[in-house]
Amino acid sequence: MPDSRKSKLTTKSINLYYGSVHALGDVTVEIPECSITAIIGPSGCGKSSFLRLFNRMNDLIPIARVEGEAFLDDSPIYGKDAEDVASLRKKIGMVFQKPNVFPASIYENIVIGPKSHGTENKAVLNEITERCLTKVALWSEVKDSLRKPAQELSSGQQQRLCIARALAVDPEVILMDESCSALDPESTAKIEELMLELAKQYTIIIVTHNMEQAARVSDMSAFMMIDEEKIGRLVEFSPTTEMFLNPKDKRTEDYIEGRFG
Amino acid sequence: MKRRIKPQTAEKIAKGAIWTIALMVIGILIAIIVYILYKGLPVINWSFLTEAPRRMGKEGGISSSIIITLSVTALAVLIAMPFGIGTAFYLAEYTRDNIITRIIRFSAESLAGIPSIVYGLFGYIFFLEILGLGWSVLSGGLTLAIMILPTIIRTSEEAILAVSKTYREVSFSLGGTKWQTIRKAVFPSAVRGITNGIILSVGRSVAETAAVILTVGSDLKMRTMAIHFYQLVMEGISMENAYGTAAILIILIFFINVVANMLIDRFIAKGR
Ligand SMILES: Nc1ncnc2c1ncn2[C@@H]1O[C@H](COP(=O)(O)OP(=O)(O)OP(=O)(O)O)[C@@H](O)[C@H]1O
Ligand SMILES: [Mg+2]
Repeated sequence: MPDSRKSKLTTKSINLYYGSVHALGDVTVEIPECSITAIIGPSGCGKSSFLRLFNRMNDLIPIARVEGEAFLDDSPIYGKDAEDVASLRKKIGMVFQKPNVFPASIYENIVIGPKSHGTENKAVLNEITERCLTKVALWSEVKDSLRKPAQELSSGQQQRLCIARALAVDPEVILMDESCSALDPESTAKIEELMLELAKQYTIIIVTHNMEQAARVSDMSAFMMIDEEKIGRLVEFSPTTEMFLNPKDKRTEDYIEGRFG
Repeated sequence: MKRRIKPQTAEKIAKGAIWTIALMVIGILIAIIVYILYKGLPVINWSFLTEAPRRMGKEGGISSSIIITLSVTALAVLIAMPFGIGTAFYLAEYTRDNIITRIIRFSAESLAGIPSIVYGLFGYIFFLEILGLGWSVLSGGLTLAIMILPTIIRTSEEAILAVSKTYREVSFSLGGTKWQTIRKAVFPSAVRGITNGIILSVGRSVAETAAVILTVGSDLKMRTMAIHFYQLVMEGISMENAYGTAAILIILIFFINVVANMLIDRFIAKGR
């Protein structure tokens, strides 16, 4: 059972406001270590906002305000005892919806993270590049063209490069916000395969609108929805098989049925 | 029923009109450049470039004017660049919209539209009269620096804001600090736009007359090429040498453009 595992990320009645918009209300979860958790729910229910709480990307939005507690292992993510945000983000990597490689070479894309954390040694950087590209099954395809502009890769390859770029700073958690939604089925299948492989070592949280994908890859599922007051709520959090076969909440059942149609 | 033009016909008309306008504009520009080079190039030779002007510019070359032009422009750009780019990054990256940023933006926008003679007058009063710097390259460089500052701020800020939000987000998500994000993710993508603003400013400084005549002066051995040219024509001293000077001005600006772009490609945009 996934829930017997140690929990990697925890939130305790966390609330998020964008100005007067109450985007997330009292969300409490425990995300187990080395597993894949899928966040599902209708558009605008706060999935991305929730994901971005963990690596404090909401800090970049001036009007965003967080109340409540969140933890990585046992250390608080928010509040006066929190570590500095750069070291937090080093531990919690993120892959975005669009394959957003930097307009630089493949190699530069991988080493930008390690370099910003002070790794200058060429041999070390080369080793990181090979290791991370191998992990995302891209090494054999690009090892002879590391100096080529990353934008010349196909979008599936670019997204795998983005995953490698996130892995290069040696994170413990990877957040993926609809990271397959801009890709063709074949590239999606490759990335899903990759997620399953990476989950042996990393804690992964994905946001997806694709129920089949959630069913295929995730151990745990979180269903979110906005309530009558337009506040984003976590409706149900349970092992994926349980949620899909036997949802506890009527709203979860309706949503999943509607999506599988 | 109203008769409508077929979309294919409209497409042809639009295409034709746009091409005609573009060709006309390019044609006029090329005609001006060709005419000036045609008149000016025969005057240019080694001694024209290396000798000082004599007899009010009727004889001799324009070496002193070339040197003054280059020094005034270099000084102006070297002073305005750090302040301009710094202000642009401050406005675009470090502050939210507040009263200070609004004042800076409003001033920059207003200052960009003021005629250059006003800068000249200000430079004359402030640098010559109050600070007592005299007619000099320093007074001129400082005045031109103030004149081009708004342009550099505005073009740089636009270039910085045009860098997509996603690059910033990626850099932060990798644990980059604000400074690292600016240096590694924003600057490389904004550098071309920033440089374009600077090249524009260089062009304006090289060609400036009003602001320069009031601060550097129009003494025969102490004037920029633009002023030299102006004096040669206005006083009816030598049309030939005026065209020669104009031709060198054009070549100089062209040269600065090419070199600046080459330097970016070579050093900053490398691998980008
Ligand atoms: N930067 C922001 N400023 C203000 N409000 C925001 C901002 N980002 C999100 N919101 C609001 O927060 C709520 C949740 O948005 P969020 O993007 O988290 O939803 P989502 O579930 O990821 O949606 P989608 O499935 O469409 O990606 C929405 O009401 C949205 O309008
Ligand atoms: Mg979203």
